[in-house]
Amino acid sequence: MLELHNGPLHVNTILAEWYTKISDKNYGAFIPFVGIVRDEDGIEGLSFDIYEPILNSWFNAWQEKAKVQNAYLLMAHSRGDVPNHTSSYIAAVVSPKRKVALKMINDFVEDFKANAPIWKYDLVDGKRVYAKERSHVLSGSGLLKADA
Amino acid sequence: MAKVEFLGPLGRPSIEVDISNLSELKTFFKDDKELQDWLAICAVALNDTLVCDLNIPLSKDDKISLLPPVCGG
Repeated sequence: MLELHNGPLHVNTILAEWYTKISDKNYGAFIPFVGIVRDEDGIEGLSFDIYEPILNSWFNAWQEKAKVQNAYLLMAHSRGDVPNHTSSYIAAVVSPKRKVALKMINDFVEDFKANAPIWKYDLVDGKRVYAKERSHVLSGSGLLKADA
Repeated sequence: MAKVEFLGPLGRPSIEVDISNLSELKTFFKDDKELQDWLAICAVALNDTLVCDLNIPLSKDDKISLLPPVCGG
């Protein structure tokens, strides 16, 4: 299940809804990860653009991998501005046994950081500054650059 | 005409170009100095699937997306 929200995530509400959704499905483990925007380098918050068609196909491929292990993935992410000390990202794995979910939440979040088509900006003096140095180049990049 | 969209921080409006493969798009962009810096680090999607082959034939309804480096979360 993938949810996109405008602005900061309402963590308590989202996690409560997810718990209600999964608690009677006989999963033994519910492992959530909540990303919180930190106050560092003078930023006021973060801002995000998302390309939904590829995000959906990336997420659906992960859901298929989870299904093979009898696990299920849930993810919520913000669009637009997210102030410091609020959340922009929640991911969770549920599975019958904890070890599958603990490993999968790590692998899923790492792959999310490397491949999900989301662009991050620092909010500085009310303006968006692309977080280029912290961003990850996707596979096949440079295909259209002119030959030297 | 294939549609080309510039995602995220590229911040340009979409364009339509008359090309038959991505190699022709590469030529189309070769004199765009500002874009060249981005193209070195941009991935390319054809109809929302990442591709790495310049010779894939294109049709007039195809959508090409340029994806700069990503950082969710």
